[in-house]
Amino acid sequence: MLSNPTFLFLQTFNAIALGMNLFIIAAGLTLIFGVLRVINFAHGAFFMLGAYVCYAIVERADNFWLGVLGAGLALACLAWIIERGLLRRLYARDPLMQLLFTFGLVLVLGDAVKVIWGTEQYSVAYPAGLNRAVDLGIAHYPAYLLFLCGLGPLVALALWLGLERTRWGRIMRAARQDREMLALLGVNVPLVYNGVFVVGAALAGIGGALAAPRLALTPGMDTNIVIECFIIVIIGGLGSLWGSFLGALILGIVTVFGAVLVPEWEMMLTYALMLAVLLWRPWGLFGREQG
Amino acid sequence: MSKIWALLLVSAALLCIPLLGSRYLVDLTTEIIIYALFALSLNVLIGYAGNVSFGHAAYFAIGGYSCAILLTTYQWPLWLSLPTAVIISAVAALIIGYFCIRLTDIYFAMLTLAFSMLVWSAAFKWHPVTGGDDGFVGVRVPTLLEDRMAFYYFALGVVGLSAAALWRICHSAFGRTLVAVRENPLRTGFVGIDVRKIRLAAFVVAGTFAGIAGALFAMYNRGMYTESAFWTESAQVLIMTLLGGMYSFFGPALGAAVLYLLEVSINQYTEYWPAILGTLLILIVLFLPDGLAGLAQKMRRSRKA
Repeated sequence: MLSNPTFLFLQTFNAIALGMNLFIIAAGLTLIFGVLRVINFAHGAFFMLGAYVCYAIVERADNFWLGVLGAGLALACLAWIIERGLLRRLYARDPLMQLLFTFGLVLVLGDAVKVIWGTEQYSVAYPAGLNRAVDLGIAHYPAYLLFLCGLGPLVALALWLGLERTRWGRIMRAARQDREMLALLGVNVPLVYNGVFVVGAALAGIGGALAAPRLALTPGMDTNIVIECFIIVIIGGLGSLWGSFLGALILGIVTVFGAVLVPEWEMMLTYALMLAVLLWRPWGLFGREQG
Repeated sequence: MSKIWALLLVSAALLCIPLLGSRYLVDLTTEIIIYALFALSLNVLIGYAGNVSFGHAAYFAIGGYSCAILLTTYQWPLWLSLPTAVIISAVAALIIGYFCIRLTDIYFAMLTLAFSMLVWSAAFKWHPVTGGDDGFVGVRVPTLLEDRMAFYYFALGVVGLSAAALWRICHSAFGRTLVAVRENPLRTGFVGIDVRKIRLAAFVVAGTFAGIAGALFAMYNRGMYTESAFWTESAQVLIMTLLGGMYSFFGPALGAAVLYLLEVSINQYTEYWPAILGTLLILIVLFLPDGLAGLAQKMRRSRKA
């Protein structure tokens, strides 16, 4: 199968499209972890909410891009409320408490989706303009997936520039290093934390909205994606942006080609890969050793 | 002293439950004591060693599936199947623990979670052996244990012995060392204790007893399903442990009982038990971080003062 160049070509694009979609979601997780040191189990639930909000907007306004924007905004608002009202009280506590808190969110948000949208399956159509196939010379390829392939690196670049080249990014990097020192220098650290959580959640929401045309929307769609995101950030190194970019790409490739080469067992292949990385570098490819 | 009385009272009550003649009550209690053992085993790792495992369901599932497969597929007798299943869980915990204990805190939690999902995907995909997503159904149990009441006493005996063993382990020199590792691993290392080895031992102890709970669960249910290995199950047992209080030996068992009874009673009124559990969890984390046992302690102290 792999000797067929057309097939190989298409699968490679599939792998990249999947990887880039996953990256946009995982970037939010790694950002939140990097600064807040909180493992956000609710990230999958944020992703799911993003997809459902996008669906709801597309149903009413018939505009996919409005749906993506709306999903990002909705999740940003929700995250703002959660951080301000609840999560903020837990930073000084045991990480276990934060973990359990976000798991509580998973349960509440999961049922909220069931209450609002019920348990039936929904689907979102490809956006107008991208619902066709593009001739790439070797083969035709769906325009929407090609768009995802291009969007991923752009998001990565934007996040990198934001983190490395702006004042806000500098403050965020400083908050990762030493929040007390940063507070002494007169920076409003709680505001930084709030901002990071909001941006992270918005990324999950946007990622969910972008995934909506690829997937069937069901109430249980959050439980697997959060594990996939964890694998990505474990492979890449917790808190590392480029690590999660690479991790997402690797996961995309392993998932797509694994499904072809060892059907049924691609999931195991993913875990085996993660294990190999951890044996070689316990803190992930781009992670720094625990201090 | 009051602790011993409470323990005697609970044991007497557990022994008498089948005499009340309610089959429903016997079934309910069987499930509670199995989950209580599961939560107690996790507490060795969390409460004593201070390592939060987010993948404890893996050993429960390994114990359960092994016991189910040995009893049914290979037709082994119970006295051979149960110990073998427990040994398999222990070996799995040893192998997985070897990798996990190299990391601490959040990294440890993530790694245990990832391994448990590996076990889950194996159970899910290995259809010929585990039954895949249909589950492993029709576990063969010895005729003697087919009676619900007989099985209850069998489970009670196994859980009682296991709890006693765990009590001995946690209150031995090894248990004290675990607490030392939890409180200050660096210093414990300085006094000449191999911290990694101690943490690995705690990991194996926790996995072994979770395996016993899993094996009982498979026999009780006459089946084993992939949900038992899924990460939400690990979260559930973590909640039981936390709800009961992780710095007390019997706290987790209490947490298991309370959570289970709550689930059963709330399920009668609404299908949205997860939302209620989630809300409860958020409230516990915010206002009751030491769990029920911690609350009881606080109340006792304030009454004395």
